Amino acid sequence: MREELRRFIIDNFLFGVEDSQFSDDDSFLEKGLIDSTGVLELVAFIEEQYGIRFQDDEIIPENLDSVNKLIQFLNKKLVPAA
Amino acid sequence: MCGIAGVLNFDDAGADPDLLRRMIQTVRHRGPDDCGIHIDRNVGLAHARLSIIDLACGHQPMPNEDRSLWITFNGEIFNYLELREDLIRKGHRFATHSDTEVILHHYEEKGEDCVKDFNGQWAFAIWDSKNQKLFLSRDRLAVRPLFYTTCNGVFLFASEIKSLLRHPGVSREVDRVGLDQVFTFWFTLPPRTIFRGIQELPAGHSMTVQNGCIKSQRYWQLDYSPASEIRKIGRREEQEYSEQLLDLLVDATRIRLRADVPVGAYLSGGLDSGIITAIVRRFTNTPLKAFSVTFDDPEFNEAPYQEEVSRFLGTERHEIRCSYDDIGQVFPRVIWQTEKPILRTAPSPFFILSRLVREQGYKVVLTGEGSDEILGGYDIFKETKIRRFWGVQPDSQVRPLLLKRLYPYLPILQEQPPEYLKAFFHVNEEDLSNPFFSHLPRWMLTSRIKVLFSDDVKDELRSENCYTELEANLPEDYYRWDSFCRAQYLEAMFLLPGYILSSQGDRMAMAHSVEGRFPFLDHRVVQLAASIPPNLKMKVLNEKYILKRCAEHLIPRSVEKRPKQPYRAPEGKSFFSNGRGRDYVEAALAPAQIRKTGLFRPAAVQKLVDKFRRGLAIGIKDNMALAGVLSTQLMVDQFIEHLMW
Repeated sequence: MREELRRFIIDNFLFGVEDSQFSDDDSFLEKGLIDSTGVLELVAFIEEQYGIRFQDDEIIPENLDSVNKLIQFLNKKLVPAA
Repeated sequence: MCGIAGVLNFDDAGADPDLLRRMIQTVRHRGPDDCGIHIDRNVGLAHARLSIIDLACGHQPMPNEDRSLWITFNGEIFNYLELREDLIRKGHRFATHSDTEVILHHYEEKGEDCVKDFNGQWAFAIWDSKNQKLFLSRDRLAVRPLFYTTCNGVFLFASEIKSLLRHPGVSREVDRVGLDQVFTFWFTLPPRTIFRGIQELPAGHSMTVQNGCIKSQRYWQLDYSPASEIRKIGRREEQEYSEQLLDLLVDATRIRLRADVPVGAYLSGGLDSGIITAIVRRFTNTPLKAFSVTFDDPEFNEAPYQEEVSRFLGTERHEIRCSYDDIGQVFPRVIWQTEKPILRTAPSPFFILSRLVREQGYKVVLTGEGSDEILGGYDIFKETKIRRFWGVQPDSQVRPLLLKRLYPYLPILQEQPPEYLKAFFHVNEEDLSNPFFSHLPRWMLTSRIKVLFSDDVKDELRSENCYTELEANLPEDYYRWDSFCRAQYLEAMFLLPGYILSSQGDRMAMAHSVEGRFPFLDHRVVQLAASIPPNLKMKVLNEKYILKRCAEHLIPRSVEKRPKQPYRAPEGKSFFSNGRGRDYVEAALAPAQIRKTGLFRPAAVQKLVDKFRRGLAIGIKDNMALAGVLSTQLMVDQFIEHLMW
């Protein structure tokens, strides 16, 4: 999942330029990786790739703004409801 | 409006008539009606004429009575009748009724300071043979173009860069710092252009070439000092400003109707062109035909408003409908005219519109250009105000809600979750003191497409910082103005000449021999607007408030009240359909071609292209990247690798 997410970020927002180093904790917004509309592309990708649906109030930087935040959020989302 | 060119050999060798002929022939689209060359030993002037005033007698280059001064002139001096009367009173005798001759006589009278009395849009060169001096000048807001270079002991100037490239010694290379600037600001910082070694005379500057020395100096500056404070304004003062503005706009429009050919108007459906058209209808007896561009895509189409204004004013209107296909089809020809990379396709519909104007037999059009810059119409001014307001209390949950009021015409931005809007239009303490506070989000977003630059370009730019060069171009007082006035200055003195009036304006109109005239850019209007307090230009968040006061009863209420809709054109869909790019797009962006040009990373461009092929590119950044890379590739192909003539 980590690699898939990184690949999507690199291919989609950095046009595959690998040397634009960013760590899994780096903020996409602060690093300028995602522009104002890019978050919608990211949401669409995750929904399609992992079969989940975002609620409006879930589309916030706390859930989406770094690779680690995404993983944390997805892990929560993907746990089947008890 | 015309095309001009010229040479001055520093070593006194005779000017080459063949070179002059080639240079002027290259810009004959600017002046198809007549052509002339004058050579005085080492100096040569050339002219391609679009006859608008004194059709029979305005041949150029034109001499004064004793033939000691010769001029080649592109543009109009709108107050030439008043200047002429004054000059006649002083004893000057005129052989023609043209504004060109007025420049010569006024130069005789006042020397280089003559330009300070001109109300107009001009680029000209005067050969002053008594003083062995070439004097060049460009209007206050750089409406008309003027480029120059030196090579092998020759000084060359012309209306368009392609003319200069007719000299075999002029090198044809991309200025990579210029490329960096376009991919940050959308323009190069004058005198720099996108071609290394080729300069443009900046707005409000004149230049002399004498005794082997080239000197340029500013004769006019846009000054916001009188207005740069928010203060309480009473109803009466507001009324006075509104009346003054309307009076000046009426006069600015009236003198811009001076022509010996019919004058038309561009009608966009918005406030600015509506007011100009209304002024012509209400305050003059000039018959007026209006021209509009409409779009197949309803997101961009303003046809209902255009129709409404036209009906309200009783104006005959012609329109041309633009499809994605039309825009994509003309794009290479658009780049041949812009002579620089562009990050959007918006010039293309103007190219198509000027063709319609010309086909209808018109050579001159009035437009509403410049109003947004000088009277505070753009959303970037609103954005600046909101971000400032929020920056005062960064923890406020309520203040950033105003961000939703921005860019109502961009559905993709409107879909943004509030938290993301806040993050994108961020304000931190450091930003508040930044001299470019207003433009930081925009320039930072644009800069992100530089990830596509090749390693070679990145290496060369490593020690460059385009903000430093921009700062060096600012007036001292800039730092004392408030953020609204600063934002206005950046728009009016850089983006307006560097992109709007050139790539979208002069170059697109002149491609089909059409002259644009801009009442809002009359320097008296510009100076009055600069003196109006910012809180009257934008009252709270009501943009162009003072202009709307002027417009009451002049244009339909619905147009006056409609939300601001800046002119835009469709982007990616013009270049890709059914999973494939147009033939020239695929060829220009093919990895081998990208490698050959050496400015971008082939693999990265392929990723971008793939995204468009698959229809996944939706963001502003991707569209700017595509237009930027494609236009750069086309420019290199047309001007550097192959010469198209």
